Amino acid sequence: MRRLLSSLISPFFLAATMGAAWAASDSLTIYTYDSFTAEWGPGPGVEKAFEAECGCDLKFVSVADGVALLNRVKLEGAGSKADIVLGLDTNLVADAKASGLFVPHGLEQSETPVPGGWRDEMFMPFDYGYFAVIYDTETVKTPPASLADLVSGDSDTKIVIQDPRTSTPGLGLLLWMKSVYGDGAAAAWEKLRPRVLTVTPGWGEAYGLFTSGEAPMVLSYTTSPAYHMIAEGSERYRAAAFSEGHYLQIEVAGLTKKGGTNPLAKAFLEFMSGPGFQDVIPETNWMFPAGKTSKPLPEAFGKLVKPAKTLLFSPEEIASNRKAWVDEWLAAMSR
Amino acid sequence: MSTAAGDDRRIVGGIAALGAITLLAGGALAGLFEESGKDIATIAGAFDVYHLRIAIFTLWQALLSTVLSVIPAILVARALSRHPAFPGRRIILRLFAVPLALPALVAALGILALHGRSGLFANLFAAAGLGRWPDIYGLAGILMAHVFFNMPLAIRLTLGSLDTIPGNHRRLAAQLGMNAADRFRLIEWPHIRSALPGIAGLIFMLCATSFTIVLILGGGPRSTTLEVAIYQSLRFDFDPAKAVAFTTSQIVLTVIAVTAFFRLGQPADTGFGPIQSGRVYSRPGHAETVFNGVLIIAALLYVGGPMVAIAAAGFAADLVRLAGDTAVWAATAASLVFGFTAASLSLLVGLSLVATRMTLQQRRRLQQPGALERLVDAGSGFILVIPPVVIGAGWFILLRNTVDVFALAPVMVITVNAAMAMPFVVRVLRPPYDAARIRHDRLCTQLGLKGWNRLRLVDWTVLKRPFATAFAFAMALSLGDLGVIALFGSDAVQTLPYLLFSRLGSYRTADAAGLALLLGLLCMTLMFLADMPKGDR
Repeated sequence: MRRLLSSLISPFFLAATMGAAWAASDSLTIYTYDSFTAEWGPGPGVEKAFEAECGCDLKFVSVADGVALLNRVKLEGAGSKADIVLGLDTNLVADAKASGLFVPHGLEQSETPVPGGWRDEMFMPFDYGYFAVIYDTETVKTPPASLADLVSGDSDTKIVIQDPRTSTPGLGLLLWMKSVYGDGAAAAWEKLRPRVLTVTPGWGEAYGLFTSGEAPMVLSYTTSPAYHMIAEGSERYRAAAFSEGHYLQIEVAGLTKKGGTNPLAKAFLEFMSGPGFQDVIPETNWMFPAGKTSKPLPEAFGKLVKPAKTLLFSPEEIASNRKAWVDEWLAAMSR
Repeated sequence: MSTAAGDDRRIVGGIAALGAITLLAGGALAGLFEESGKDIATIAGAFDVYHLRIAIFTLWQALLSTVLSVIPAILVARALSRHPAFPGRRIILRLFAVPLALPALVAALGILALHGRSGLFANLFAAAGLGRWPDIYGLAGILMAHVFFNMPLAIRLTLGSLDTIPGNHRRLAAQLGMNAADRFRLIEWPHIRSALPGIAGLIFMLCATSFTIVLILGGGPRSTTLEVAIYQSLRFDFDPAKAVAFTTSQIVLTVIAVTAFFRLGQPADTGFGPIQSGRVYSRPGHAETVFNGVLIIAALLYVGGPMVAIAAAGFAADLVRLAGDTAVWAATAASLVFGFTAASLSLLVGLSLVATRMTLQQRRRLQQPGALERLVDAGSGFILVIPPVVIGAGWFILLRNTVDVFALAPVMVITVNAAMAMPFVVRVLRPPYDAARIRHDRLCTQLGLKGWNRLRLVDWTVLKRPFATAFAFAMALSLGDLGVIALFGSDAVQTLPYLLFSRLGSYRTADAAGLALLLGLLCMTLMFLADMPKGDR
């Protein structure tokens, strides 16, 4: 019994001592999501460029996605090692502010790098993208030209969407519908329901179903076709341009209380809106850069859908309505 | 009977194992309760109509899934036990262990490749001019996937209990000229029946806590389980009060349901003798052979079909590039190390529980089993209904102020995987362990053999095979697990399923398919290795 207990407990102590090796003075710790730090993500390029500029050690710590990121920081509270949290989106900003763990960055946002000129005293945008319905040109000959088309279209041409209870794009579509239909959103969802093949927990599952041919349409980003063009040389998958406009997702980074006392953290936020960071964004994060780049966007990005109108709720509107809107969605989709 | 001191040691071991499991689960819930502000009113507020609706759906789909998995499994296991020389039998049994290691999404894609809208059957259907293949999304899809996961498991576990039928029973059945129906009723069924509540309970719990399958194949939020709500409340909303409420429902409802299973199936006195499972005393008749053959082939097609689809997708990936990818190697190594450690721990805990249960059973002779015996047997299995995400979050909260939680991630993964695999280990080990105890106790008492020496010299000959199987099951489960990492997943614990999802999450679908193939192959290899120790022939 003693052996069993000690074998259960000893790794905890081992882990505790291992953790002490973390603290260092001329280093910067950034929490982000893991597709950012993946070998094909922007992380490696950004790290190299910033370390060359600051002569310091930049450490990324990654978790699954933006939502997990905020929860992680909230769970860690004041004891968090993060100087910067990079990878929240504007839907999470109100929640992040309410946690009291972030401090104002105090930086001038000289130009307005994101559509609609979104700005905030605590969070700096680093890239953005628009939600879009991606369709398979081999099976969909006339893609929907508007959200209204999508809602009332042939129920045999299915779409896979994500669950707003568990995924960021899922919430994105919910907000998109809400910003176009307002109080009529529930009715619109009911009309769309027969077209929805299934609702997946996250983006990856939905996109996997789409590319495996199970459904001819999927909710994703206007930039998704750029991946297929650049990485696969294929124009098979395209985004449908919707006349009502597209809902915007802005990804932001913020300074934690601990980061507020680390001069490297502020230096990084400034670096973030320059070419050292922004140059790698399009072809690694598959989003639009929210800052200066030293070269024009890749050619494929020029072929993407340019939204007629940008739709976006303020973080406060989302914070105060999200629960009610998700409940409305649940009721409409469960009937 | 064995010595009192040895008995006491065994019982203490079982209590320690039970204590460790309780600590793991209780600590997690305490952590969440703490974080929820200990506000009972908020927690109570989470019991609303939505909660009731998903609770009913959770139980209903789990019950149907269990019935649909277990009943065919009994027939197929019986058929396999009657035909020890069935062509490819060993390969089939190994194949039946592969679903254990497959992440739910991979299995879902495999099933859809056959039964989906653009699947093989849909295309054949359309080519034959029969119109549109019916969509499986909804309850049908959920059940199909659950049967894919659990029927093979039930077959292997039921077969394990049939393997403990003593040779003299088989011989007697042959001498008396029993037909298939009599043999089933008088010889096989009592053995199956004593194992059935455990097997059905295990599968019920696995289906009740299903998450990815329910969302992907459920077709929409009408199909929502409590597990989805727990995941949402922790992973997305970070609302510990709600998580506590939903987890409590999940535990209470599952305990009620599984207890009912145990009430329904009273353990039968099956008797023990030399096992000799390989010997056939009577050949099945022609009709029975055909019937059994059809059953086995049908089960093989049902389980093997999606696996072929998964493998085919995997072979279409750029395997050469993946083989040269250091991230793949690192993830494989991490998965193997975590899996091996978790399986060892799981085996230790599982064996303690099984040994304690048998000791208690022998002590009470013919009386009803006491509370401790029930706890170490079925009770410990309830760890399965506490979602890994709850354990991860709860312990994170408890430990965040005292230790570095980053560094803790691997420990958490191993501990939770070990705990989650433990009920499987118990189900695999219990029948042969109990049989060995009964057969060898007198002999060992006479010879004065105890403890380690007894295990090494006497019991090991019959137990090494089940041990290897239990270890392989536990390791396969750990290989496919994504549970704890889902919340705290970090670069510290990049396992294969994690890598698979991160590739899938960044457009690299083909890579993900290649990694799924790798997971399947690893699992096959494990099962192959587990078959290496020779049985007691």
